[in-house]
Amino acid sequence: MNFTLKVWRQKPGEKGKLVTYDSKDISADASFLEMLDVVNERLIEAGQTPIAFDHDCREGICGMCGCVVNGFAHGHQSGTTLCQLHMREFKDGSVIYIEPWRSKAFPVIADLIVDRSAFDAIITAGGYISIRTGSAPDGNAIPISKDVADAAMDVAECIGCGACVAACPNASAMLFTSAKISQLALLPQGQPERMTRAQRMVRAMEDAGFGACTNHGECEAACPKEISMNNIARLNREFIGASVKK
Amino acid sequence: MKLDSKTPDGPIEKRWDDYKFRLKLVNPANKRKFKIIVVGSGLAGASASATLAELGYNVDCFFYQDSPRRAHSIAAQGGINAAKNYQSDGDSIHRLFYDTVKGGDYRARESNVYRLAQVSNNIIDQCVAQGVPFAREYGGNLANRSFGGAQVSRTFYARGQTGQQLLLGAYSALMAQVNAKKVQLHRRTEMLELVVAEGRARGIVTRNMVTGQIESHAADAVVLATGGYGNVFYLSTNAKGCNVTAAYRAYKKGAGFANPCYTQIHPTCIPVHGEYQSKLTLMSESLRNDGRIWVPKNKGDARVPTQIPENERDYYLERRYPSFGNLVPRDVASRAAKKVCDEGRGVGSTGLGVYLDFSDAVSRLGKDGVRERYGNLFHMYEKITAENPYKVPMRIFPAVHYTMGGLWVDYNLMTTIDGCFAIGEANFSDHGANRLGASALMQGLADGYFILPYTIGDYLATVGNNPLSRDDKHFVKSVEDANGKVSTLLGIKGERTPDSFHRELGKLLWDNCGMARSDESLKSALARIPQIKDEFWQNLKVPGNGRELNQTLEMAGRVADFIDFSEILVKDALARTESCGGHFRVESQTDENEAKRDDAQFSHAAVWEYKGEGSAPERHVEPLSFEYCKPSQRSYK
Amino acid sequence: MTNNTTFLGTSIGKKVVMAASGFIIFGFVVVHIMGNLQLFLGAKVLNDYAAFLQGLGPVKWAARLALLLSVLVHLASAFLVTLQSWQARPQKYAVQKYQATSYAARTMWLGGPIIGLFVIYHLLHFTTGHLHPVQGGFIPDADGGMNVYNNVVLGFQDPLASGIYIFTMLLIGLHLYHGLWSMMQSVGLNHPRYNHLRKGFAVLFALFVAGAGISLPIAVLSGLVTPV
Repeated sequence: MNFTLKVWRQKPGEKGKLVTYDSKDISADASFLEMLDVVNERLIEAGQTPIAFDHDCREGICGMCGCVVNGFAHGHQSGTTLCQLHMREFKDGSVIYIEPWRSKAFPVIADLIVDRSAFDAIITAGGYISIRTGSAPDGNAIPISKDVADAAMDVAECIGCGACVAACPNASAMLFTSAKISQLALLPQGQPERMTRAQRMVRAMEDAGFGACTNHGECEAACPKEISMNNIARLNREFIGASVKK
Repeated sequence: MKLDSKTPDGPIEKRWDDYKFRLKLVNPANKRKFKIIVVGSGLAGASASATLAELGYNVDCFFYQDSPRRAHSIAAQGGINAAKNYQSDGDSIHRLFYDTVKGGDYRARESNVYRLAQVSNNIIDQCVAQGVPFAREYGGNLANRSFGGAQVSRTFYARGQTGQQLLLGAYSALMAQVNAKKVQLHRRTEMLELVVAEGRARGIVTRNMVTGQIESHAADAVVLATGGYGNVFYLSTNAKGCNVTAAYRAYKKGAGFANPCYTQIHPTCIPVHGEYQSKLTLMSESLRNDGRIWVPKNKGDARVPTQIPENERDYYLERRYPSFGNLVPRDVASRAAKKVCDEGRGVGSTGLGVYLDFSDAVSRLGKDGVRERYGNLFHMYEKITAENPYKVPMRIFPAVHYTMGGLWVDYNLMTTIDGCFAIGEANFSDHGANRLGASALMQGLADGYFILPYTIGDYLATVGNNPLSRDDKHFVKSVEDANGKVSTLLGIKGERTPDSFHRELGKLLWDNCGMARSDESLKSALARIPQIKDEFWQNLKVPGNGRELNQTLEMAGRVADFIDFSEILVKDALARTESCGGHFRVESQTDENEAKRDDAQFSHAAVWEYKGEGSAPERHVEPLSFEYCKPSQRSYK
Repeated sequence: MTNNTTFLGTSIGKKVVMAASGFIIFGFVVVHIMGNLQLFLGAKVLNDYAAFLQGLGPVKWAARLALLLSVLVHLASAFLVTLQSWQARPQKYAVQKYQATSYAARTMWLGGPIIGLFVIYHLLHFTTGHLHPVQGGFIPDADGGMNVYNNVVLGFQDPLASGIYIFTMLLIGLHLYHGLWSMMQSVGLNHPRYNHLRKGFAVLFALFVAGAGISLPIAVLSGLVTPV
């Protein structure tokens, strides 16, 4: 297959621009990142700087990869990360736009690589249960109904890739933040810190410079793990409740 | 090289407790004076960083990804073992210990494995308390499943993403300590050198992958939690960034490298489909519970699988191993697949694949029943291959998955360099020659949460708090070395990309030191590696410079170390003329083509010592004795 | 970390304010439109209702004040939330496609000001009479009272005025649809059992308000309702 790529190239401290590359003789079975590998190999052989992009596990779980492809975070296929998207999903001969996640809170490091440490800052603010190693009671001491455990697992699947922010018209991080808050608010272990957690995580999110949620639902549609935006309502409730009571 | 394992004596169930009591402690007020470097943020690295920080130590945690949550532990699917015996099916610490030693083909240290089994229960408690959403029964208790041929149900799991959930648990504990200002994170930073002075590890040299800055960091102890070296084979189930550099650099500074030839080949992966392929995707072993593995009886049968009648199919695992059938251990299943493919009966365009057929399961359980058990895996398979496994059989082939070998450590998890510790997959300690399913997560967390935090205190209490200045000549020299290597790589200006060398090396190892190794194949690999190495240093091409983000440069440095490391891997395989676990020597097999161990000669861990550039490394041995698990030949007939 | 950010300093806090003020305005709109629907019950009913409202005195002014306040608060919070979102993406995408969002959601920021302008027009049209199409403004009743019924009918007989109303009512419908469902999200009104009803509720009320609003000019233009 042959493609024309329009790739965002940006060096640190400089303004970026879209640069056109030919991507020829690509196997239909190649993944999107493997296609970029091939393009990069050819760029290196031609003495040019290869396209910098983030990637690691290449099986859709580490959350490292991600670009906006033809206007869609992680590409147009639903429920997939960029590394799981295959070239057979594209039309032969088509033009493909590849851009980094765009958000003030995710500054571009180089080309398609952005700095997502703002997500870590949100978790650092309270995305945990404080339990000293070795001081935990027996695993079966607190029974948790299967429904609750399943609901917590649904949100715990978040891979922290940032597609929700990238796809949101407002560059809001509410889906990401709500996933962690929901997981811990659902579980009995998360109750003692429930109030402070909601307050601190929301404030860290606001400080990082993300936009506000205006309920477009683009995050949910782009999320490779298909996390529901109902969690955003839960986040709002947790935060409002915490603000009223504390 | 002195190999003192410091293994305690006495009844095995009391060894760890007695040993812990004898360990020196660091006074709580003094702990905050010590600084510990942890390299890696996977299960082992994150859990160790968090726990050490909770105890009061200052921790600097380094990792090459952008967030600690991305370490490759996250990709583990199946589960984590623990001897909770919640199922009352006869499990116990002793049984988990026994199964692990036996599964490792009697090549692990009994004392270490027993300790692992003991703390396995604490891990589950800890993770539950952190909010890890393990699968539950309707009554609200933790659910278990059986795994990897074990006869009890002791595996705890969180759907098909157990590794992810456990890592996110450890990551959350780590971030709590970041919040408490006890841990400093160094993201997008890779370790290039270990700084050793007078036999003691004093710090590391790193490269900031964003700015290209080479920096040194001093500490009272260095913990390597840098994972395995499976990517030496180029194609593996590891993440693209996994590398051997940190461990290999430690080896070059005097850390013994144990059993590098022990690599685990996982039987159920999606087959290779092209030259451009960058990695292999694992399909959980649990698929073998309901899928039947077969190939056509006749060579070169090109019909589509559904057109091949029942009597022309060879369900070779069921035929050869009637009692275990499709559920034989990983090493056995992998070798059997290789055998039928070598006979020319492999399937798919490359002929390197076998069928994993769910048609029986679909007719027995219904499509919904199958979906309930394996829905996410089927979905993943279809995404990658564009084939519907409910209708046509999956094609699978073995792939490199895990490395049991690693830095040699004593009972304290300390390498042969004082103050340099290795935990998780980076060390060699607990799995012997073959790792059982759902045991890797257990070991990573055991080391990080419950073992290292105790044993490191003993070392720190002994040496006291006297960090080496970063102006010291050893630091200066290490920084120079790291800078020198970067400029050398950039200065070659040849024709070939780092990836092309990596692919060549990987294929060489896979063909000659993969699922089966022979004297001849290993010698030919040993002859070829230096040639690849020579060409690498003469014909490598790395564009750009070292003072900015340069992914080609990162890759080049890692490939350089893979090439060097592959030599000891092959040498180790050559020296071990027996077959055991994941290491199958063609010359050592039974009349029925099964692996044949040689306990008389090889009941030991082989530990390689670096002797300088151009000199052959020296092989040392740590003899293994078995008081509680009497070695027997494994049989799955 | 700035733990001293106030509740209203966060975007969630502002959206709660937006939701609450929006709900008050929504309540007024529903009552208002139901009052107006009395047009279909004849001149007497409508005129009596208008006279009743005019006779409320201080209550009327209190309601007007509350409404004005709600509008200002709604405006201010909307402005701040929108500003935050615009600032959150300084560099736009060359290509961006949407999969889930609605036209309603994307035009909230634009719909608000247009509806605001309409309200001014509406007041000048039917409350003060400055823009009333009939020469000389309002026509008083024979007994000196205000004949609201006739004023409305005559006002809507101008196709341009009716056009503006119909257009804005559609816009209000869109605004209400997204606003109502968004309000439930923003204040955390959700429950797995009822979540699927939330959008239906929003659609129902939006349709009611827009439909009722449009029915009036249509009825006049089509000659269904004539002056008395």
